[in-house]
This record gives sequence, structure tokens and C-alpha cells, in this order.
Amino acid sequence: MLRFDRAEARLGSFVLRADFNIAPGARVAVIGPSGSGKSTLLGMVSGFVPLSSGGIGWRDRDLSPLPPGERPVSILFQDQNLFPHLSVAQNVGLGLRPDLKLSAAQTRDVQAALDQVGLSAMADRRPAQLSGGQQSRVALARVALRARPILLLDEAFSALGPALKADMLALLARIADETGATVLMVTHDPDDARAFAPETVVVIDGVAEPPVPTAPLLDDPPPALAAYLG
Amino acid sequence: MASRLRAIDPAGTLAAAALTALVLGTLAAVAIQAGGPGGLGPWDWRAVWFTLWQAVVSATLSAVLAIPVARALARRRFAGRAVLVTLLGAPFILPVIVAIMGLVSVFGRSGIVNEALAALGLPALSIYGWQGVILAHVFFNLPLAVRMILHGWQAIPAERFRLARSLGFAPADIGRHLERPMLREILPGAWLAVFLVCLTSFAVALALGGGPRATTVELAIYQAFRFDFDMGKAATLGLIQVGLCLLALILSARVAIPAAFGSGMDRAADLRGPPGWRRGADGIAIGLAALFLLLPMLSVILQGAPRLHDLPVSVWQAALRSVIMALISAAATLVLGLALALSIARGHRWVEAAGMLPLVASPLVLGTGLYLMLRGIASPTELALPVTVAINAAMALPFALRILIPAARSLRADYGRLADSLAMHGTARLRLLTLPRLARPLGFAGGLSAALAMGDLGVITLFADSENATLPLKLYQLMNSYRMADAAACAVLLMAISFALFWIFDRGGRAHAAI
Repeated sequence: MLRFDRAEARLGSFVLRADFNIAPGARVAVIGPSGSGKSTLLGMVSGFVPLSSGGIGWRDRDLSPLPPGERPVSILFQDQNLFPHLSVAQNVGLGLRPDLKLSAAQTRDVQAALDQVGLSAMADRRPAQLSGGQQSRVALARVALRARPILLLDEAFSALGPALKADMLALLARIADETGATVLMVTHDPDDARAFAPETVVVIDGVAEPPVPTAPLLDDPPPALAAYLG
Repeated sequence: MASRLRAIDPAGTLAAAALTALVLGTLAAVAIQAGGPGGLGPWDWRAVWFTLWQAVVSATLSAVLAIPVARALARRRFAGRAVLVTLLGAPFILPVIVAIMGLVSVFGRSGIVNEALAALGLPALSIYGWQGVILAHVFFNLPLAVRMILHGWQAIPAERFRLARSLGFAPADIGRHLERPMLREILPGAWLAVFLVCLTSFAVALALGGGPRATTVELAIYQAFRFDFDMGKAATLGLIQVGLCLLALILSARVAIPAAFGSGMDRAADLRGPPGWRRGADGIAIGLAALFLLLPMLSVILQGAPRLHDLPVSVWQAALRSVIMALISAAATLVLGLALALSIARGHRWVEAAGMLPLVASPLVLGTGLYLMLRGIASPTELALPVTVAINAAMALPFALRILIPAARSLRADYGRLADSLAMHGTARLRLLTLPRLARPLGFAGGLSAALAMGDLGVITLFADSENATLPLKLYQLMNSYRMADAAACAVLLMAISFALFWIFDRGGRAHAAI
């Protein structure tokens, strides 16, 4: 269980509060107007936004003192998910060892992860030689390989066209199934939320509300959310 | 959590502490030794006055003369323009003593200028004295000022010039509405940059100045140290020099100094040069500037290159010594600079202040202080080379930081979170992220540091004898003993090595740069 225990983050005059639990293996969309604090919520979990009070825990562990790399978390950002000077295989391999000193078995695992996303032929290329969709697949291959129990997506696929995005969400669902990961996905597209996430967290005016079922929420949104969805 | 991460930064803290200890420690040693202003005679106060006066005159001449050259370069296109603009960056890494050699060969007693004057029956000019000091300062800083002002011209959006054309602006209107506002913004910074350089001028004053009317404070420190061996006076003068530097730094905190090196300078502004007489005037401005800058260098090369193979062994030994020192110095600058820049990019403001500390002290002040601290342990000749290496490394640091800090900041902004989320720390992060992505600025900064150290004729003069001379000192000694043929060859060698060091570092950085 991912616990937000009266967690609060202050960034200047902006405050975000969250106080709820998310069940293991849940897939949760995070929606809300821009600037409402969706990314801040993910930052609290990933460790990039320090808590000013309260706590965040995973199972029986307090995450607050852990630096980002030691949390049971993988995160995909909107961009800059790959190092442009490293090959595709190296970028994936970083998920296993941050110093890239991979054993023979680990090298095989990297190859298998690339197979899984259909990019085994591209292992030696640089990210710049890949299309946007292929770059997303590389990042997802690394997520699959790291197999961390919490997966955060901060508008990770928002730059892709609708068909590619659907592909990525399907691939993401497959990886989440295989690893049993709990997924939090920031999106501004309600259709993504419906397609991928049975539950949704609404972030409005500095408060992240507890997750509620997605379909009823979007069919009958509360006024503040309705204003945003239009 | 973030505060905890921010606290762990041993490399940056260590580098900043070492630098602070070096600069403030030597300044403290100087301050303790200083006798107070009563120890200074009228000669010394004249040096203070001359230092300020020549810096003002040099900066003003450089800035004013740079305007027509920069405007001509901005609005004309011609074959060789890109090469000329690149060459304008060369004086930054040209050893001072080589340029002096060139200026002497053109403007000296038997140079072409005086031969022409004699042919016309006019009295001869002397390059020695205040006029020589200012001539050399303009030679070094005119290109710097041209590049800054040219940058200003290129920063005027092309749309403005298009609008001006559509409104039928005459050159005078363009001047009033577009160019003069830009100059008002750029000129103070350009002037101040030159003023700062001239304030701590030593080698130029050593070679061309001297005497009551052309001694800078730096030169007075050297004379007190080397000839009078009056350490109290040297230290007092050192404090005055620090005061001048502080004054200039306070000034420069109020004025933005424009960029003078870096790429993108060879782009021509979208500016159609006006036809008619202005075309000729622009041609003359560019031609005169090119002659003024290239003639001394050409003259040295023509005299010196054929004699390279006749150089005595001691010159080659000095060259080897200098190359080794320059490499050590550049390596120290890069290690310190990288540690500081990474730390500054993480938001440590005091580290940034530490990195700029060398600007407060001049090389001779640092040299005097280090001597005062270490004189119980080692003799001046033993100190000469290590002290020179340390001071050259420190003096190059502010330049290296100006290159490395923006690069480190964007590295952190672009890939810091990704690397953190993947737990890339320590050497793995250095090897897989920092070095590959910063290779280009590191190469550029390393090249500048190595070339500056290679050509430096400063603190070495305090300590060295002919046994352990560096190549610039060797050149100075040859000039002083009027062995001009050997001196010219030595100058060619020094210039070639300096440029080669810069080129190798810069090229190496580019070759290893990540895409």
C-alpha cells in the first residue's frame, strides 16, 4: 500500500496536501488543471519534492528519508528520459546497474527487455536516431527491467500522437501486469484515464483528493473539475 | 531530503576551501607584512596613479576604436571575414611577451613605422614608455572590444533592420534608433572589461614601461621584491593592488560585461551596409584594424620562423619545462573548476564566491604572499616553478568557471533528475554522464587554461633565474640582451606551442563530446 500520511509539500507560497492510501497494483490517473500540483504529487513520491510535514510510506517502510534512486520507484518524465550520448542498450542497462558494469546475465536481460518492446535491432543506436515512439519504448524497457513496485508517469506520452499513445498505454499495461506495479499517471487527457486507470486522483487548489472510480467521476464531474474538462 | 542531498558535496567543498585558503591565506600573509601607507614614497603613489590612468586611457581607446571596426564587420560581407573574426579571438591566448616582441619589431627603433617616418623626415616614435604600454594594451584589447560590440550588433533582431528598411531609414536614422541604444548598453561593459585587464597589467609594463612615468603597481611590487628586496613595501603595494581590484569588482557588479569568447560570432547581422563613401570607410576601418593586429605577428613569424632550428638548447629545455607546467596547471584548473561548477549548479552560492576570489588578487600579490608564507621552507628558486603553476591554475579559474558553470547548470537541469532517479552517483555519474556531456566546455576551458599558463610572464619573474626559466621568461631574457634574432625564433616557438595547446584541448573536447 502506498500511503500519503497527511503529506504536505511547500514550494514557495504553493502548498500541496495529500492524505489517502493507494492499494498495491492499482492503476491511478492523476488529473487536474495545470499548476494545480499534479507533478508535485509525483515529486513527493519520487523524492524530488521534499515534504514539509507528514509522511509517505510504501508497505511498512517510510520513504521520506530515501533519495530518489533508492526509492522503490521508477519515473518517466515528459521528456529527457534517455541520455542522448548513451546507446539504447546502455540506457536500458542503467536500470540494472547505474555504473553499467553488467554481468553476462544482465546483458542478456537487457537484450530480453529490448526484445519485449520490439527494439532488439536498435540496441546500439543513439536515442536521436529513434522516433519519439521508439524512444518511449526504450524508457519503458528500462522500467520493465528495473521492476520497481511503484511506477510514476508525469505526462510521459503527451507528446505522442493518439495511435502511438494507445500503443504505449497498452505496453505499459502489459509491463505493469507482469511486475505487479502500482501506477500513478499524470495526464490531461480524460480518455487516457478511462482507457488505463480504473481509479483517478483529482488535484485541485492545492489538495490531492483520495482516488475515486474513474468512469463515474468523468461522467459526472464536480464543478471545479468540470470547469477544467470543459 | 533535498537539503540532505545538497549537503553531501565533498569535492566542491574541498575545492572551494583550497582556493579560499590559497587566496585569503596569501592575502593575510601580505597584510601582516605590509608596513602601512607611510612606507610608500612619491614614486609608489605615482605608480598607483599611472595604473589607473593607463587603464582608463587604454580602455577608452580600445572601446572607441572598436566601434567603427565592429560596425564594419557587422554590416559587410567579404572573403576572409570569418577568419578575421576568429583571429580577433586569438589575442586572448596569445602570450603577452610574443605580442610585445611583434610590436617592437613594427613600432620599435628599427621597425617599419619609424623607417617610414624617417623617410618622410619626421621624428621617430619610441615604443618605450607610457605610449608603448598603451599601444600594447590597445593591441590586446581592441579585438576583445570589437568582439563584444560585434556581438551587440548581431543581437539586434533582424526584424528591426527589416522594419528600418521598410521605413526608408537613412544610416543616420539607423544609428539613432537602433545602433546607439545598443552601444549605450554594450559599451560600459566592454570598457570595464578592458579596464579590468589593464589594471593588473604586468608583463607589458615590465617590457615596455618602467621609470617614474610608466610603472604600474604590479611592476612596482616586482621592483620592491626583486631589486630592493623590501618585503614590507612589496606587501603594502600588494594591498593597494587588492584595493584597486576590489574597486573594479564593485564597479563590475553594477555593469554587465558582455561575452567576448564563444561561438556564433561569425554570423553576419542581417544588415545591408550603406553604399557610397561609407563602403570605403568600412573597408579602411577593417583594413587598418587587420594591419594593426596582423602586422606585428607576421613580422615576428617572418623573422623568427627561419631561425627556429638554430635556437639554443636552453630554449628547448625552457619550452619543455613550460609545456609540463602548463599541462599541470590546466589539469588543476579543470579539476578545481569542474568540482566548483558542479557544486555551484547544485545551488551553493558561497562556492561561486570562492571561485571568483582569484579576481581579487593579482598574480604578483599572490606570488608575494606565497613567498612570505613559504620562505622558511624553501628558497625562491625552489619555489619558482610550483608557485607559478599554482598561481596560473588559480588565475585561469574564473575564466574556466565562466565556461563551465552554464554547462553544469544545463546538465543538471536536463539530466539531473533522471540520473538521481536511476541512483547514478559518484564515479559512475562522472564517467557516464558528467564527463561525456561536459567534454566540449571542459576541452575549451582546458585549452584556455593551458594557453594562458603557457604564455604567462608574471609571477615567474619574481623567483626564477636563468637555470629554471620558463619559455616566456627565456624570451624576455633574450629580448633584454638584444639577441633579437633568437628572440623572434623563441617568440614563434612560444606562440606555436600556446596555440597548439589550445587547439589540442579544444579539439579533444569536441572529439569526445557526446552528441
